[in-house]
Formats: sequence, structure tokens, C-alpha cells
Amino acid sequence: MTSQTSTDYEKYYVPEKSSLAVMATIGLVLSVFGAANFINGLTFGEPGEASPTILYAGLFVFAATLFVWFRTTIRENIAGMASGQLKKSYVLGMYWFIFSEVMFFAAFFGVLFYVRNLAGPWLAAEGEGGRMNYLLWEGFQFSWPMMQTPQEAVGGAASQLIANNGAFASAKQSMSFAEAHHWYAWLPLWNTIILLSSSVTVHIAHTGLLDGNKKKFNLWLAATVALGVLFVILQVAEYYEAYAHFGLTLNSGIYGSTFFMLTGFHGFHVFMGMTMLAIQLMRSLRGGHFTAGDHFGFEASSWYWHFVDVVWVFLFLFVYIL
Amino acid sequence: MAHGPAKGISRWLFTTNHKDIGTMYLWFSFAMFILGGAFAMIIRAELFQPGMQLVEPAFFNQMTTLHGLVMVFGAIMPSFVGLANWLIPMMIGAPDMALPRMNNWSFWILPPAFLMLASTLFMEGGAPAFGWTFYAPLSTTYAAPSVTFFIFAIHILGLSSIMGSINIIATVMNMRAPGMSYMKMPLFVWTWLITAFLLVAVMPVLAGAVTMMLMDIHFGTSFFSAAGGGDPVLFQHIFWFFGHPEVYIIILPAFGVVSQIIPAFSRKPLFGYDSMVYATAAIAFLSFIVWAHHMYTVGMPVAGELFFMYATMLIAVPTGVKVFNWVSTMWRGALSFETPMLFCIGFLVLFTIGGFTGLMLSIAPADFQYHDSYFVVAHFHYVMVAGAVFSMSAAVYYWLPKWCGKMYNETMGKTHFWISFVGFNITFFPQHFVGLAGMPRRIPDYALQFADFNMMSSIGAFIYGGSQILFLYNVVATIVAGKPVSDDKVWDGAEGLEWTVATPAPYHTFEVPPTIDPAHAHS
Amino acid sequence: MQGAINRAFVQGAAAVSSALALVLSVGPAQAADGTRSTVNMAPGVTAVGQSIYDLHMIILWICVVIGIAVFAVMFYSIIYHRKSRGVVPAQFHESTKVEIAWTVVPFLILIGMAVPATSTLLEIYDFEDAEMDILVTGYQWKWKYEYLTEDGENVTFFSNLKTPQSEIYNSADKNENYLLEVDEPLVIPVNTKVRFLVTANDVIHAWWVPELAVKKDAVPGFINETWTLATEEGIYRGQCAELCGKDHGFMPIVVKVVSQEEYAQWQGEKQQEAAQVRELMAQTFTMDELMERGKAVYARACLACHGANGEGGVGNAIAGSPVATGELGQHLNIGINGVAGSAMQAFGGQINDVEMAAVITYQRNAFGNNMGDMVQPIDVFNYKKG
Ligand code: HEA
Ligand code: HEA
Ligand code: HEC
Ligand code: CUA
Ligand SMILES: [Cu+2]
Repeated sequence: MTSQTSTDYEKYYVPEKSSLAVMATIGLVLSVFGAANFINGLTFGEPGEASPTILYAGLFVFAATLFVWFRTTIRENIAGMASGQLKKSYVLGMYWFIFSEVMFFAAFFGVLFYVRNLAGPWLAAEGEGGRMNYLLWEGFQFSWPMMQTPQEAVGGAASQLIANNGAFASAKQSMSFAEAHHWYAWLPLWNTIILLSSSVTVHIAHTGLLDGNKKKFNLWLAATVALGVLFVILQVAEYYEAYAHFGLTLNSGIYGSTFFMLTGFHGFHVFMGMTMLAIQLMRSLRGGHFTAGDHFGFEASSWYWHFVDVVWVFLFLFVYIL
Repeated sequence: MAHGPAKGISRWLFTTNHKDIGTMYLWFSFAMFILGGAFAMIIRAELFQPGMQLVEPAFFNQMTTLHGLVMVFGAIMPSFVGLANWLIPMMIGAPDMALPRMNNWSFWILPPAFLMLASTLFMEGGAPAFGWTFYAPLSTTYAAPSVTFFIFAIHILGLSSIMGSINIIATVMNMRAPGMSYMKMPLFVWTWLITAFLLVAVMPVLAGAVTMMLMDIHFGTSFFSAAGGGDPVLFQHIFWFFGHPEVYIIILPAFGVVSQIIPAFSRKPLFGYDSMVYATAAIAFLSFIVWAHHMYTVGMPVAGELFFMYATMLIAVPTGVKVFNWVSTMWRGALSFETPMLFCIGFLVLFTIGGFTGLMLSIAPADFQYHDSYFVVAHFHYVMVAGAVFSMSAAVYYWLPKWCGKMYNETMGKTHFWISFVGFNITFFPQHFVGLAGMPRRIPDYALQFADFNMMSSIGAFIYGGSQILFLYNVVATIVAGKPVSDDKVWDGAEGLEWTVATPAPYHTFEVPPTIDPAHAHS
Repeated sequence: MQGAINRAFVQGAAAVSSALALVLSVGPAQAADGTRSTVNMAPGVTAVGQSIYDLHMIILWICVVIGIAVFAVMFYSIIYHRKSRGVVPAQFHESTKVEIAWTVVPFLILIGMAVPATSTLLEIYDFEDAEMDILVTGYQWKWKYEYLTEDGENVTFFSNLKTPQSEIYNSADKNENYLLEVDEPLVIPVNTKVRFLVTANDVIHAWWVPELAVKKDAVPGFINETWTLATEEGIYRGQCAELCGKDHGFMPIVVKVVSQEEYAQWQGEKQQEAAQVRELMAQTFTMDELMERGKAVYARACLACHGANGEGGVGNAIAGSPVATGELGQHLNIGINGVAGSAMQAFGGQINDVEMAAVITYQRNAFGNNMGDMVQPIDVFNYKKG
């Protein structure tokens, strides 16, 4: 494939009919239906016995379809069907997909800012938005991380004025830097170092590829994937610590809620990015894919990886440091 | 690839053709329109007279909720995506959408998502009954178990919209024929490009909102519960950060349609093309900073109220520019009044009225009296039914001959318009009055002083609903047995690339990019 | 071309002014005496209400005028520029001058609207100098009013829909105040700035009385402020204005604005009633007395969810319920504190100790539950104290 600029018009490749979309739909719908039934079972009793099976079947179909889908696209590319223009469509698609992910995280950061700067103080009867709230939450003092929920301040679920929204028990200890006993035992710091260096390694891999040095590429890409794995392991360790030693759970009021929502979704995205990169590594090692001029699969994965990295920087700043 | 479509069901299941996918979107959205309309008919029937006659209050709330959800997410949005699929490639001279297989996927996840949503009606505890705005904690702690299915349905709809929008953005940015610069694109393409941007920006936020609901319901978090340090109003901020751009997502493509059709039947170029583009962009930009005008009564600090009031009022300026431009396009044209034009004129008049009531709602102190009353219901049906739905009817009549090569029955079309126009106003104009007089929305029964206008409104609704049967009949009759047309340019005043291809439009168009006639700045 | 446009707008303006004159002359007569119109907003009985009403009318008329101008031009085209008249279409398609004009002029009009809007808003947000505070709490589906006083001897009561089911389900004629009547209205004195502290106990409600120009969301866990200063005695009716579940349409608000003297008298009576209840609290009841009271309380507070025969519905069945036939402490606990995360509210704050004792006793000994044990008010009191 020569990647010529599109002044003369290559034919834009419009694939013939394809069953991929329908298969992916079946997978997605089964997963979602199974998951909904399963989760409902957890909360409302009567767990549908078949629901985990439906969920797993759905996930399997979905994953298999994605596999075939990407394989098809890659084969079409290798067969020379993808014009420069089509590749630009892929680039645009990836850009805007990442933009949608940015907005997804923006929503959660928005939540964090809102509770820290507005709702929290209001609950403690500070500021114009809630100066009378002391009538409801007598004795509640706001600070971040919130180590005592309004509910606990008034004496627990039984004596709160608003009934029925559950019982929340705050963490014993916060996960922030101030609470870290030794900086070298503070996992988020290591995770930051790991992720930042993984952005560098993936960049070096890219330069290797551009130089046509496949060995360098493979090596540094492998290093990136390894760093990703390390990050995920440490994140799991952090969650274990949170639950087992710090008393920080999903149930720990808004601090626990925002903490797990942000780090959880981020961790999940790291996992996805890592998987994407690992697949690119496999393609390079086993299939001999990618040339200096044609390596969109790798590029897209690396953009995604940089994005995940940037999110972490904000997360580190606003969840752990500030 | 010069051959036509495959035969049988697999043509539709496996298709990658933008026209097939557009057709599926259009039919699906019409089906949803009927479903959502059926729910509306139940609402109006119950409200025909004071007292509970037909349904129980709990079921009524389910009807209101599903009506709003199905109409917004099932009828209006997919209908415009369908139009986009059919028209954008043809309007910019592209062979298809940029990512055809994903295009098919975007469509096919919709029907099961709505099936899942509708199936909640038969679940224990009933369907979602918390309004299409699903405010927490009514939608979390106090919701029926079916809410989980609702949440996942919203996730899927969001996925579909995001993928569809990415496709449209990639198509418009990457697949324009040579010479088709941005400022030469038909306005419909422009409005959709901006709409797609809005969608990619706000659908993920909606996904975030429902995800937090899911966590609050099942996993013990306290995002929307004050006892744990969260805030129910936080939900509203997130929802409306999505929800307000959403209403422009609904109306911008409609603006695009009207901007195509009015020049065609005025036989005169669109007035102020450039300012139309800038106005659309300005509306989209403003839509991100006005969301809390839905929340004037939640107890925001006064500085917030003022900011959101001023920002909201500003939207009248670019929208006004559009209205003035349309009127100026008609000015000194050579007008004729075929059905699409009638619907556009209906749109122009009624949307403007709806815009005016919107402006009234934006005045925060006055909104303390309007909020959550039928005045709001009247406002948004003026902009959404007389806005979006009317423009959609116009679009179908306008492009149907190009799509299927047959002409619809003009008399029946005009009859459809007049019954719709009259029925619509009988339905929704009185709602301004009951709203101002103090009738809250989302109630299954009302005080006696609202009785007369409600009866009127219900009668109007049946008339308006009935007129849609005529529409359906006319469309089907045209496809099956309409009078064939063979001119490429079905309407003498129509401009644009889609009118340069054969009628009916061949299965594949512009496999080789067309050359753009530089004499025509744009259509 | 420019000339043509200008000529057009002059003609349009002429058409507009004549049409406007017509509309204004037949415009709807305004109800100036504070009674509620069935077609327009109520100016109500407060100064703020009047400002809002004026604002509403100003914007309405501005919109009407602009609308007529726009539609006049449009209909002029529709009539005179139609193809069937054989006109040749002009080809102009832009004019920077008019485009700037119709960007700037609406902007100026908006500024004109924003000025009175801002001042009215600031007036509404002036919560200072209230002479009395009332805590308004929304419940599914009733309102609780608590008159806050310094000595803590607050007058508190619930206000429920009074319209009988028979009227709602059409087996009886509907009365004049159908759906807008309550068993116990809120009573406030005339010419007094009353501050309402609005909150909710379960979901979001909204407290709306059009003639008092008050609408405020009742958000669980947060207290919103709003106020009114009624200048005329009378009975003013409103409704919950935020979807709050099944009976959202059935939680009206009635406010009685009375003279200062009448208010003082009413308050005295209320305090006496409270004293009587306190007396009852100290009393010991017989089984029959408890069952009789309990039956009434059950019908009022529990029946909607637990069914007339304890068969259940929204709530679990009471007949044969493991709780109602089990350990007494747990039964009291659920009655008083509710079940977190479910529709079962904490009734400890909603019904008094006598009522609680009675209804628990009733549940344990009715519908075939035969526990034979009794709860006295003092037991409830002690349980609450822990
Ligand atoms: C297609 C959808 C659509 C559109 C286009 C609009 C357009 C507008 N809307 Fe509307 N709106 C909804 C859909 C829409 N809305 C829905 C669904 C709800 C209810 C949601 C719910 O609660 O369920 C709602 C509710 C809603 C509210 C909240 C009411 C409440 O709950 O209390 C407000 C408040 O500000 C508002 C304002 C506006 C404004 C200012 C515009 C403006 O864009 C209008 C601008 C147009 C004009 C003004 C007319 C043309 C202009 C001129 C001719 C120029 C000259 C004019 C002047 C200078 C006056 N809308
Ligand atoms: C674009 C979106 C859209 C559209 C097109 C409509 C269309 C209609 N809507 Fe609307 N509506 C909303 C969006 C929309 N609505 C939203 C968002 C809400 C708020 C929900 C909430 O509060 O959460 C709402 C709420 C709402 C209410 C207030 C409910 C309440 O507060 O309790 C009412 C009441 O009259 C109403 C009526 C109607 C009617 C009569 C139509 C008609 O135009 C429908 C006409 C269509 C048909 C009837 C179907 C096709 C015809 C046939 C199948 C023929 C057979 C029909 C007959 C039996 C005559 N709607
Ligand atoms: C708005 C609805 C509602 C009302 C009103 C209501 N309840 Fe309940 N009640 C429930 C629900 C729902 C449950 C089930 C809670 C759960 O376990 O999830 C319940 C459970 C109970 C139980 C436990 C039964 C069991 O077997 O688990 C008791 C006892 C009870 N309620 C007593 C009362 C009393 C006493 C009143 C009136 C003073 C009352 N309820 C009013 C909804 C209601
Ligand atoms: Cu309470 Cu609606
Ligand atoms: Cu809005």
C-alpha cells in the first residue's frame, strides 16, 4: 500500500454486506440483558439463575465478533483495499471516540468538583446554597476527604431526618498523600511514575517503528504493556488496601463514591488500553504487521494510551493530592 | 459494485448501504412515533375529563415517562439520523458513509434497546415512572426494579448515537467531493455536523449519569443522597448538561431541513447562508452553558440564576437570525405551496411561537410560576412537534420522490398538513392557558377549573393523531403505487447534488466523486 | 435590491401596526382583583406576584409584537410573491446591513427584558427580615408543616388530601375544590413576611401556591428558602409541582391567610391540642383502646401500601409477616425507623407515640396475627430514646 495523498481519486472502499454488526448486536444485547438480570437479583432478591450464563454467553459472542471484525479490517488493509481516504476516516473515528471518552470522564470530574466545592459546604450550612441546612445535619462539618458523612454526624441512619436512602459508613482513613505514612509505600505515586513512563516507552516504540526498527518497536511496546500490567496490579492492591485497611468502600459516602467511580473507570480504561497495545504487540510479533508508513492499529492504541495517561494525571491531582 | 441490493431479509440485516440503513432508521422511528403517540393518546384520554377513568395513577406516570422517552430517543432522534444517512452522502458527493459496517451496527442496536425499554411495562413493579428526566432519588431509591433495564437501554441508545455521530463527522470531514468546501455544503449537512458534535459531547455525560444511578441503586454509593454527602440536585445538573444540548440536537437538523426546502419552493437562494452557519454554531455553543434554566426552582444561589438566565436569553439572537433569514428567503421569491412547503411554513410560524414561550420561560422570576406547569408542556410541544415533527413530515414529502421514484398524492398531503396544523393547535394552544392558570404537569387528574381546556386538548390530540394515519397511508400508497417520476430534479426549484442523480436514486451513488459546479455557491 | 428590501419592511411594518392594534383592542381582559383567571397567570396577593405578573405580561407583549412583525412579512410574501401570480423570483441572498440590524436589535430588546427580570429576581431572593419561619417538608404524598419557634414548642402537623376516593373514581359528584382541599390547611397571618424553609423527606417535591408567588423545590437533605407576604386574607390553593411518584397529582396545598388576631387564636388552640397529646402519651391503654386507635391509624397511614386486610401491595404483607408475628423490638424498629432503601418510611417522625403504639399493637393482633402483646406509648418513647 502506498499512502499517497488523495489528489487522484482512489475508490473509497465500501464493504459488501456483512453480518458483523448483527453478531455484535446479539452479543451486546445478551450481555446487557444478562447483566441487568444479574444485578437486579443482587439487590431485589430472586437472582435469575440463567442470568450469569446469558451474560457470559453475550460477552463471548461480543468479544468473538470484535475479534473477527478487526481481523477482517486488518486483512482488507493488507489486501490493499483501504485507500488513504479510508484511513483518514479511521483516524477521525478514533479522534472523536477519544473525545467522547474525555466527556465521559469530564462528567465524573464535574461531580467531584460539585460535591467538593458546592454540595459539601452547603450540607454543612456554609455558603448561600444551604445556610439553613444545620436544621437537618446538626454537627456536620465539611472537609475533604469527607471522613464523616452527614448521616453519621447526626447519629447514624436511625436518627437521620431523611429516611430510606441507605446507610453510609465513612472510611477510617483517607487515601490522600497527607495520610500516606511513607511516601515510598504510597501506591498512587508509583502508579503515576509507572503510567508516565509508559507514555514515554510507547513513544519510543513509535519512533522505532518510524525508523523501520521493528526490534526496537517490539521491545519498547512490550515494556509498555508490562508497565500497564504493573499498574493494574498495583491498582488492585490499592483497592484491597482501601477495603481491608482503610475502611474505604463504595459505601463510604460521597468520598468512597467518587474515589471508586473515578479510579475504577480509569483502571478499566487502562485495562482496555493495555489489551489494545498487547494485541498490537501480538500482531507485530506473530503476524509481522506494521510498516513505517502503515500502522494505524498501533497508532490508535497509543493515542488511547496517552489519553488514559492524561486522565490519570488529573486524577492523581484531584483525587489524591489536592 | 455496480449491482443492486441483495434479496430478502439479509439485505436489511447485513447491509452496509447508507440508503438501506437510512430507510431502516426512518421506518423504525415511525414505528416508535406510533408507539409514543399511543402512549400520548392514553395520557390524553385519561385527561379528557376530571376524575380517574381509564388508568391508575402509577400507570399514568409510566405512560408519561415512556411517551417522553420513546418520542425523544426513539422517534425524533433516529428519524433525523435516517435522513442524515440517506442524504449526507448524496449531498456531499460521497459513495457512502465513512464507516459503513459501524453504521449498520449503530442502527441494529436500537430496536433491541427499545424492546427492552418497552418490556419494562410487563415487569414487576411496572415500567419506569419517574418522567423522561428521571430525577433522583425517585429514579434510584424509590424506583421499581425495572429501572436497571431502563439504565442499560439508555446506555445502548447512547452508544448508538455516539457511533452514528462519529460516522457523520468522519463522513462530512473526510468524504466531501473535490470542490465541496465547507462553506459550499448544503445547510442540512452543516446542521448535522454540528448536531453530531453535540451528540458526541453530551451522550457520554448521560451515560455517566445513568451509571451513577446504577451505582446508587445497587452498589451503595451516595452520589444523589445527602445522607452520604451527595446531592439529588447534582443529578439534575448532569442530566441537563446533557438534556439542554439534547433539545438542540432535536431541532438543529430540523433547521437544516427547512433551510433546504424553503429556498426550493421560493425559487430563490437561501438568504444569509453564512450567517445561518454561524448562527447554528452559536446556538450549539450556547447550549452548553444554559442547562440550569430547567432548574430555576431548585434553590441555586442567585448568581447562578442570573448567569443562566442571561445565557439562555441570548439564544434568542442566533435563533432569531435563522427565522429572519427564512422569511427573507421567501421575500420576493416565486412561492408555491406544495406539501413540503406547507409544513415548512407551519414549522416557521409554530416554532417561532414555541421559541417565544421558551424565551418567557428563560426569565427566571417568571419561570417560578411557569415551571412544571402545562405552560412548559405547551412550549416544548410547539418546538418539538411543530418544530421537529413538522419538519420531518416536510422532509419525507420533499425527498420521497427521489427515494422511491414515485410521486405522493398532493391532495392527500395537503389534507394531512391542514388536519395536522389545526389538530396540533387545538391540542397544545389551550395548554398555555391551563398552565398559566396553575395546572401542574405529570398529573393524572386535575381540578375542575382546568376541565374545558383539557377536553379541548384531548380532542385536538385525537385529530392530530388521526392525521398521522393519513400520512402513513400516503407514504405507503406512494411506495406501492405512486405515479412514477423520472426527472432527476423532482422539484423545479430544488438545488443540490442529490437532485443530480437519477430518480429513484440508484443503490450506489457517486462511486466516482462528482465535479462541483462552481457557479452554485451552495444550495 | 437594497431598496426593495427596505420597501418591503416599511410595508411589513404598516401591516404589523394595524394587526397589533386589532389584537390589543380585543386582548383578554385582565383579572385585576386577585381572583384566579382560567387563561392567565395569577397576579395573586403579594407584591412579588404582581411584579412577576407584570414581567410576564411585558415579555408576552414584546413577543406578540415581534411575532406579528415577522409573520406579517411572511404572509405578505405568501400573498404577493407567489408563483401563481407569475412573479419572477429575485436572486438576492445576503445583506450585511439588515443582518447586523436583526442581530443587534433583538439583543437590545433582550437587555430591555433583562433589567426588570433581574430586579424582580433580586427581590425574590431577599430572605431577610422574616417575621416567622415555617419548615415545610414534603412526604410521599402529603405535606408536613412545622412552625419554628424559639422555645422549641413547635406546632407541627401533616396536611393530607381531603377529597374522597369516591369523587376521584367518579362515584360521587365532584365538589368545587376537587383535589385542591386538605384536612388541615397551613395558616399564616396577613401582612406578615413569612419565610418557608422547604425540604423533603423522601423524593423531590415542590411547594407551589400560585397566588402567593411561591414555588420552591423540596429536596431531601437540603433546605431551600423562600418567602411570601400576603396582603389579603383568603384561602389560596396550590399543588405539588415536582413529579414525586404515584400520587404526585394528589398532594395539594391549602394556605389560609387570616388576620393577626385569628392567627393568634388558632395558634393557641394548636398548642392546647399538643398539650392534650402529651397527656395521652403518659397514659396506659387497654388492648381494646389500642386496637381501636390502631385501626384508625392503620387506615390512614399504612393501608395504602399494606392493604386493607394486611395482604400487602407496595409493602409486604402484614398478615403472617415474620416481623409482625416476631420479636417486638424489630417490629417497633421498622415502624419507627423504616427500612432504608425501600418505600417503607420512618414513621417515627410522622405519627406520634400514641399512634405508633396503637398501630403496632394493631398489626400484631389483626389480620389473623394473634400475638396478644401490647405496646404502650411509653414503650415507643423509650425505644426512641434507645
Ligand atoms: C426542540 C426542542 C426545544 C427547543 C428548540 C427549545 C428552545 C428554547 N427553550 Fe425549551 N424546552 C424543551 C425543548 C426545546 N426548547 C423541552 C423538551 C423542555 C422541557 C423539558 C422537561 O422539563 O421535560 C424545555 C423547557 C425549557 C425551559 C425550562 C422550563 C421549566 O421547566 O421551567 C426553558 C427555560 O428557560 C426553555 C427555554 C428555551 C429557550 C429560551 C429556547 C430558545 O432556543 C428559543 C429561541 C427562539 C425564539 C426566541 C424565537 C425566534 C426568535 C426571534 C423571532 C428573534 C427575536 C426574538 C426576541 C428578541 C424575543 N425551555
Ligand atoms: C418529540 C417529542 C414528542 C412528541 C412528538 C410528542 C407528541 C405528543 N405529545 Fe408529548 N411529550 C414529550 C415529547 C413529545 N411529545 C415529552 C418529552 C414529554 C414530557 C414527558 C415527561 O413529563 O417526562 C411529553 C409530555 C406530554 C404530555 C404531558 C404529560 C404529563 O405531563 O403528564 C402530554 C399531554 O397532553 C403530551 C401529549 C402529546 C401528544 C398528544 C402528542 C401527539 O403529537 C402525538 C401524535 C402521534 C400519534 C397519535 C401516533 C401516530 C398516530 C396513530 C398511531 C394513529 C392512531 C391514533 C389515534 C388513536 C387517534 N405529551
Ligand atoms: C409508602 C408505602 C408504605 C407505607 C405507607 C407503610 N409501609 Fe410498611 N412497608 C413498606 C414496604 C415497601 C415494606 C417492605 C420493606 C422491605 O423489607 O424492603 C414495608 C414493611 C413493613 C414491615 C415489615 C414487614 C415484613 O414482614 O417484613 C412492617 C412491620 C411495616 N412495614 C409497618 C408499617 C406501618 C406500621 C405503617 C404505617 C404506620 C406502614 N408500614 C406504612 C411500605 C409502606
Ligand atoms: Cu409531591 Cu409531587
Ligand atoms: Cu433547555
